[in-house]
Formats: sequence, C-alpha cells, structure tokens
Amino acid sequence: MSADDIKFLAIAIVLAPLAGSVLTGLFGAYLGRKGSHWVTILGVTVAFVLSAMLFKALVFDSAEPFNGPVYTWLASEGIRFDIGFLIDRLTVLMMVVVTFVSLMVHIYTIGYMHDDPGYTRFFSYISLFTFSMLMLVMANNFMQLFFGWEAVGLVSYLLIGFWYKRPTAIYANLKAFLVNRVGDFGFLLGIAAVLMVFGSLDYATVFERAPAVVGQYFTIFDGHQWEVLTVICLLLFVGAMGKSAQIPLHVWLPDSMEGPTPISALIHAATMVTAGIFMVARMSPLYELSETALSTVLVIGATTAFFMGLLGLVQNDIKRIIAYSTLSQLGYMTVALGVSAYAAGIFHLMTHAFFKALLFLSAGSVIVALHHEQDMRKMGGLYRYMPITWITFLIGNLALIGTPGFSGFYSKDSIIEAVAASHIWGAGYAYLAVVAGVFVTALYSFRLYFLVFHGPERMDEHTRAHLHETPPVITVPLILLAIPSVVIGAPYVGNMVFSHWFGSAIVVSKSHDVLGELAREFHGPLAMATHALTTLPFWLAVGGVATAWFLYLKRPDLPAMLARRLGWLYRLLIEKYYFDRFNEVVFAGGARAIGEFLWRLGDRILIDGLVVNGTAKLIGISAAVLRHLQTGYLYHYAFAMILGLLALLGYFVLWVPQG
Amino acid sequence: MITLNDYLILAALLFSISIAGIFLNRKNVIILLMSIELMLLAVNLNFIAFSHFLQDMAGQVFVFFILTVAAAEAAIGLAILVVLFRNRQTINVDDMDSLKG
Repeated sequence: MSADDIKFLAIAIVLAPLAGSVLTGLFGAYLGRKGSHWVTILGVTVAFVLSAMLFKALVFDSAEPFNGPVYTWLASEGIRFDIGFLIDRLTVLMMVVVTFVSLMVHIYTIGYMHDDPGYTRFFSYISLFTFSMLMLVMANNFMQLFFGWEAVGLVSYLLIGFWYKRPTAIYANLKAFLVNRVGDFGFLLGIAAVLMVFGSLDYATVFERAPAVVGQYFTIFDGHQWEVLTVICLLLFVGAMGKSAQIPLHVWLPDSMEGPTPISALIHAATMVTAGIFMVARMSPLYELSETALSTVLVIGATTAFFMGLLGLVQNDIKRIIAYSTLSQLGYMTVALGVSAYAAGIFHLMTHAFFKALLFLSAGSVIVALHHEQDMRKMGGLYRYMPITWITFLIGNLALIGTPGFSGFYSKDSIIEAVAASHIWGAGYAYLAVVAGVFVTALYSFRLYFLVFHGPERMDEHTRAHLHETPPVITVPLILLAIPSVVIGAPYVGNMVFSHWFGSAIVVSKSHDVLGELAREFHGPLAMATHALTTLPFWLAVGGVATAWFLYLKRPDLPAMLARRLGWLYRLLIEKYYFDRFNEVVFAGGARAIGEFLWRLGDRILIDGLVVNGTAKLIGISAAVLRHLQTGYLYHYAFAMILGLLALLGYFVLWVPQG
Repeated sequence: MITLNDYLILAALLFSISIAGIFLNRKNVIILLMSIELMLLAVNLNFIAFSHFLQDMAGQVFVFFILTVAAAEAAIGLAILVVLFRNRQTINVDDMDSLKG
C-alpha cells in the first residue's frame, strides 16, 4: 500500500463518522429513528473496515508508516499549523480498538436507547465522538492532538448531561468539564512550552530535537532552575491526569456514570479515558529523557491503581463499581508508562477496552432488564433469567482480574512483571500497590458479580415477573466483545509487548528497557500462563475471589459487621477519601468566597457604589446647590447677561493692552 | 450749541433707565416691553447723533431698520402677551417662573 493510498484511507476513516454525525445531527428529524441509526452505523462501519485494512497493511504487509500533512490550517511567523496524519503501528492499533468498540456501542444503543426521545441526538453525539477520538489518535502534531483532546472532552460533556432534565446529570457533566479544564490547562501550557522550546508543533520535528535540549534549564520563578524536558513532560502529564482520571483529577469519572450506559462503555471506560495513556506513549521520546517525570507518572499511577480500587468495595451502584474499576485499571496503565513499559501499557489499554466495554454493556443489559434499576441491593440471582449476559459478564470479570489465559491476564501480568524489573525511583512502592491492587480488583469484581447474578433475588415482584434476557441488538455486541476479551491476549502478548512491535512509534532508552529484559524470560504465552500459577498475583486474585464468595454468598452478614467494626475506614471509603468534600470546600467554596468578596468590594462598593451611584450622587448634590441660581425670572437672567457684558467690557477696556 | 457729548449722555441715561425698568419692574410684562422699546430708542438716538456729526447717512438708514423691527416686535410681543394672559390669567412678572430649576 503506497503512501497516497494510506493518506486517502486516513481521510476517509476520519470523515465517515463525521458525515454520519452531521447528517443525523442536522437532519435527524427527516431521517427518523431507523434512518439515523443506519447512517451512523454505516459511517462507523466504514471507519472500522478501513482501519482494519490499514492495520493489515502496516502490521502484516509491513507497509511504511505514513506521516504527512493534509491541509495547512494557518501559518504564522514561520510556524505552520497543519492538519496531518501520523499512521504507524501505535495509531492503527488505537484506530481499530476505537472503531470496533464504537461500532459495538452503536449497535447496542439501538436496544438500550430504544424508548428514549433523544435517540437521534444520541447517535449524532457518539459518531461525533468517534470522529474526535480518531482525530486525536491520528494526529501528527500537537495542535491537532489538542483539537481531538478538546473535542472528545466536549462530546463527553454533552453525553454525561444527555438526560439534561436530571439535576444530578447536569452536576456531573459540569464537574467533568471543570475538572478536565484543570487538566487541559496544564496540557495547553505543556504544548506552549513545546512550541517555545522546539519552535515547532510537529511530532517528528519535536522528537528529533528533543535529545538536544537534555540538560537545558530555564527559570520560571526567581532563583529556581527547571529542567526544560521535565517541565514539558509534567505539564503534558497534567493533561493526561485530567483525561485519564488519575489522582487527584479523578473525581469526575465516577460521577460521569450519570450518562447513558453505552457511553459509559465507549467514552468513560474503553476509549476517551485512555487518551492520556495514548498521549504519554506517543510522547515516549520526550518522557524517556526525564526520569523525574517518569517517577511522577509511576507514583501517581500506582496510587490511583490501588486506592481507587478500594473505593469500589463500598459502592452499591453497579455502574459506579465498574467506574472505580476503570480508574484502577487506568492506574495500572499509567504505572506501565512510568516504568517505560509503554508497549505493556498500550496492550493493557487494548485488552481493557474490550473487557471493560463488555462489562459496562453487560451491566447496561442488566439495567435494561430491571427497568433502569442500578442499585445492586435490588438485584441478585439474575443468572437464571439472563444466561447470555451472565456468561459474558463473567468473562469480562475473569479478564479483569487477570485469570491466566484471558486477555487481561497477559496485559496486567506484563505490567506487574515490568514494575518488578524496574529500578526507577518509586518502583518499590508501585510494585506493592499493583500487587495489592490485584487482590482488591478480584474482591470488588466478584462482589459485584455475586451480588448481581447469584444469591437471593432482592428485586420486587413486578420486576421479577417481567425479567427476561435482553434482545439480540444488546446481546450480540456482548458476544462480539466477549470473544476478544478472551482471546486477544495470548496471540499478541509475545509480539506486541516483548518484541518492539511498535517500531519507531515508541522509543525506550537502553537504561529503562524493562520489557527488553523481560523478553529474555518470555517463552510463549502458554508458559507465561502456567508460570503465573506459581506467582503471588495469581494467588492474590484467587484469594480475592474466595473472600468475595465468603463475604457475600456464604456469610452475607459479615460485610455489615465489618463496616461497623471498621467504622472510620468505611467512612473514609464512603466519602471517597474526602476528595469531593475537599474540592467542594476548598476550591468551590474558595472560589465562591473570592467571588463573594469581589462582588461585595469590587462590584457593590467600587463599581456600583463609587463609580455609578457616586457619579450620580455628586451630580445630584452640585445640582441641588446650583439650581438656586436658576430662579426662572427673566430679569435675573438679563441681569446676569449685563453683569457678564460689564465684566467683558471692563476686561477689554482696562486690562487688554492697547494696540 | 448742543454737542455730541450731550446726545450721548442723554442716550446713555435713557438706556440706563430702561435697564432699571427691566430689573425693578415686578408687576407688569407690558412695562418690560416698553423698557425694551426705550432701549432701542436710546440706541437710535446714538445712531442719529453720530450720523449728524459725522455726516454719514448710514446711521439714519439703520434707524429706519431698527424702527421697523421695533414695530414688528411690539406687535408680536403684544400678541404673545394676549395669549399669555389667556392661558394664565395674569401678566404679573413674578408669576412667570416656569423656567425655575
């Protein structure tokens, strides 16, 4: 496949979902419900098929990566802002994942949103999302990356608040938007720093010039020298923390579950939230040059992975548990980035996209069957009524906890091994966190599973009477997602993680190359799976499942007792480590206090009081004095004229020098 | 022999009387009008005197114009006065203070 063909395909891939979105968005009323979903599904199908073609061309036919501009947006002072595509193995992998999950979600939405009045609007949004995400991953410069970055943020905002009549949804989408603004501010500063230091926004140019600025410093505050690359990497990572929901910018993700379940699966689990992971992997040539940045990434990722997992233990909303699980898994990916195991991180991103989308869509299937009930305390014993959902959910869970043989096992175990092999500062803490995280993951996953699908049936009689498996538009995507969730791991782990599969897309310096070290001990996926049976993470996962079984099926009275005994811990978890409370008091409260202060001082006293009313008052007072001069009597006016005349005459006659 | 100075002093006296008439009069708008007429006549007297002593006819031509204007003014002034009286039932100057601030 020649470069021109790739370029043409890339343009078509991007434009197909956009066309679908615009058509349904503007003409949804004419297209009707059927027309709307056919148009958008067609657009996404085209994108998926063409992405798969590109994948085949680059991976199996070993075509050269494509990097080139398509269109110059503007040129200013010698800097060109192009729309361009960089199509290499990293990109095509992301494209296939995004379009595949998106296609599944499109189909699933037909069933899930069946009765919703915003049906066509929903399809327009998710197609727009697909377009934005593709622009993000296919960018070859920071400008376009930022465009995609903001566009997915916008669509995420629109979709979290999709049910705009619910106050909680509006609160959640505002929160997501604001928290993401914080991250994007850092990201934008990072891009600005890149432009300042390198004089270009083009990936290739920047990466080429990056080694030359190692050891350069600049002064931001007086007396402090900052290493240029560390500052850039940390600022860019702030953006990633916002989008990929890392501590402390994670607070928006659990609340985003207010949106409809299909987009929880598509945006807030499988694709958009991985944009930060993708971005850091894409920037690996920069991150490799700054150990400080890598350590920061590692510590934040590890903290997120463990502590967010814990929160999943006390939630009762089926979607929120999966949301916390997503946070925790994003933490694992970030940890992988921190130890320079980018390939493992991206591999986990891919497997996670499949099994987490699967989990969310299965949860959605349960929610549909129970007439939009999300509280686990009103579920139980569903395996009798919903066999397909039950099996697919179980598959997703097994993949999530890293059961040997499932896709999640290969990716997660690679990450854990990579952390163990790393010598970077913070790796010891990270290892503890990710290994303990395995136990927590298994515990909350199977708590969810047991409470929903086994145990006593806690729903009311009316719901139970109508309980049945969901229609094929819902179950078929589940089955299609379950397949990669099981099998995608084993065939690719050797290639993708351990043999520099990504080629030039990901750069790892010699001293950090943990995956290269691990590759020497890698003897095929089967050996990896059997070896895992003797390692700590596997037994921790088993222990987690056993504990969940014991606590929630065997002795259901124990959890309540534990919650009472460990009251302070339980409260800490229920309050989500007081992050929300802290933000509300310090940031929201602080902003309100400042606003109140400025309103009182600046608005009420200075502007209203002094400038506006003060002027009026001054004029009023002077007028009250002056009005006494204006008697209304003609002869007073005439007298004033005469006086004036006399004064002028006197002046001319007496003072003006003659001649 | 009556000199130019005498004429000018007379005119100045007449003018001052008319000014005083305007200021001191608190009762009647008609007196106001008469005072204005008197002012114009004082000015006319100046014109005539200068015209005679400087042997320049332009001064006398001016006087005719001023007389004409004064007549017209008197006519309009009285007409306004009539309307004013109809509206307010008074021509007392002290009541005319609707311009008061």
